[in-house]
Amino acid sequence: MNLTAPVLAFLAKLLSGATVRWHECQPDTCQRVYFANHTSHLDALVLWASLPGPIRDLTRPVAAKDYWSKDAIRRYMARSFGAILIDREEIKVHQSPVDAMLREIGSTQSLIVFPEGRRNVDEEMQDFKSGLYYLSKKRPDLELMPVYIDNLNRVLPRGEFLPVPLLSCITVGSPIWLEPGENKNDFLKRARQAVLRLKDV
Amino acid sequence: MDWSSNGAAGLLGQIGPGYLQDQRTNILLGTVLIVLIVAVIVGRLLRRQPESTASPAVVHTFNNRVGAWWLMYAVLIAGFLVGYGMTVTLFGLVSFWALREFITMTPTRRGDHRILFWTFVIVTPAHYVFVGLGWYGLYTVLIPVYALLLIPARIAISGDPKRFLERVAKIQAGLLICVYALSHAPALLHLKLKPSTTSPPAVVAPVTPVAAGTANAATPVVGAVAETPTVGPARAAAPATQAQRFGSSAGLLFYFILIVQLNDVFQYAWGHLFGKNVIAPQINASRTWEGFIGGVLSTMLVGTLLCWATPFKLWEAACIAGIVAMMGFAGSMTMSGIKRDRGVKDYGTLVSGHAGVLDRIDSICFAAPVFFHIVRYFFAEIPAGG
Repeated sequence: MNLTAPVLAFLAKLLSGATVRWHECQPDTCQRVYFANHTSHLDALVLWASLPGPIRDLTRPVAAKDYWSKDAIRRYMARSFGAILIDREEIKVHQSPVDAMLREIGSTQSLIVFPEGRRNVDEEMQDFKSGLYYLSKKRPDLELMPVYIDNLNRVLPRGEFLPVPLLSCITVGSPIWLEPGENKNDFLKRARQAVLRLKDV
Repeated sequence: MDWSSNGAAGLLGQIGPGYLQDQRTNILLGTVLIVLIVAVIVGRLLRRQPESTASPAVVHTFNNRVGAWWLMYAVLIAGFLVGYGMTVTLFGLVSFWALREFITMTPTRRGDHRILFWTFVIVTPAHYVFVGLGWYGLYTVLIPVYALLLIPARIAISGDPKRFLERVAKIQAGLLICVYALSHAPALLHLKLKPSTTSPPAVVAPVTPVAAGTANAATPVVGAVAETPTVGPARAAAPATQAQRFGSSAGLLFYFILIVQLNDVFQYAWGHLFGKNVIAPQINASRTWEGFIGGVLSTMLVGTLLCWATPFKLWEAACIAGIVAMMGFAGSMTMSGIKRDRGVKDYGTLVSGHAGVLDRIDSICFAAPVFFHIVRYFFAEIPAGG
């Protein structure tokens, strides 16, 4: 791992005042997919930063290529926190992003995904895109960890570039798996509920 | 300002008021250190008790409190050792963190983002810089006048009218309580306390060599000044007063924090032991009239007993401790009100699961401005035009 990663993680935690709660689960280096609600550009960075060091080194956030490759600083940061950049424009034409993610993580690393696809415009959490379903179908051994990110949208809302150093809270819940014979819509609804449930624990 | 009222002070008076004052502060600091060590031991012993004799919740609260006191003690000592700027900086960080908790707790809207940035990144540091510089005329108005006007104007420009007044009031309240009010505690250090009236300059003059000798070992700055006068009583007294000023205002700050914290303990203890009539059940179910009255009286007693560490006479110390105790109580009640409104138990719960910084400093926030102004008007030299 490069030297900027711990510094970046430290700064992200300091700025967002993030505390992590592991609700009915434990941090582990096994292969996992953390899926969270998406409210701020900082989500991927802060969630990655708040994982314990050894786990953080093995975890790759999936982020939007158009945002994170816009200028040199963002490209550098994205490289430092090991982001897998997905082009949102060309998703279905040439290659499936799910295949790309699975190729990147191999048999050791974990993923951070935001199944809503884009950040919430209002408070309401949007329906999940199908990527999570296909991830689980292709790799049923991955533990799917629901994560609820609270208050980060106030630290850096959409369209702002100066963060306000409020305190945010990240809650990781117990893993879910794709049940045998469960159809796509039911699974995505269940996954969304798993994230929403963490709001009130 | 009655230095020779007790025996120890009279003896130490031979050395000079400056050194003497530091000596008293040191005695106070040492006493509190011993009490804190005892508190840690008691906490350890209580934790080993079976649940039947000591309720785990109370023991947990007690140990948390002791932890917070150690932190406060360390912050104050670090400030005293490094200097005035350090104390102000550390208080500034506490304010910043408390404001973080306050604003995190109160919902704001997208339109408030820019003014929140201003509040955190510009207003709060600027205020503490002015406190550090001792520009009383500016730091007393920066937040209560200019920031309070800026906040609604900036929110209005952002164009979101929904719950306008409420949002403005939240940010203003946070800034006033967490930053403005709290900053009066470190601002105490900048006050130039009136020199002692009962130790005439003539007493100081003959012992100047001694004072210079001791001061040289302790603080080179004071020593350098003290060596210069060619024993003119009035001029010899001046450097001694100089030394006394910092020492005593640092001691005052410590005295203030100490009695506010003791007041919290006394109110809790009296309420726990004898509390029957709850003052406002919906605001705070554990604050009772018995706890309030018992707490204020106990604080007055301890505040009076500790008056040797301050420039206050006995009756002055009693009155001031009483006022500080009542303001501390008012602060706790107010913050309880805000917490109940937001439906949380502690400011820290959203974040870390235990009481936050704001829960620990609420009483200090309310008592600091009053204590500061009492000291400033009655015990300090107010510069011309100040």
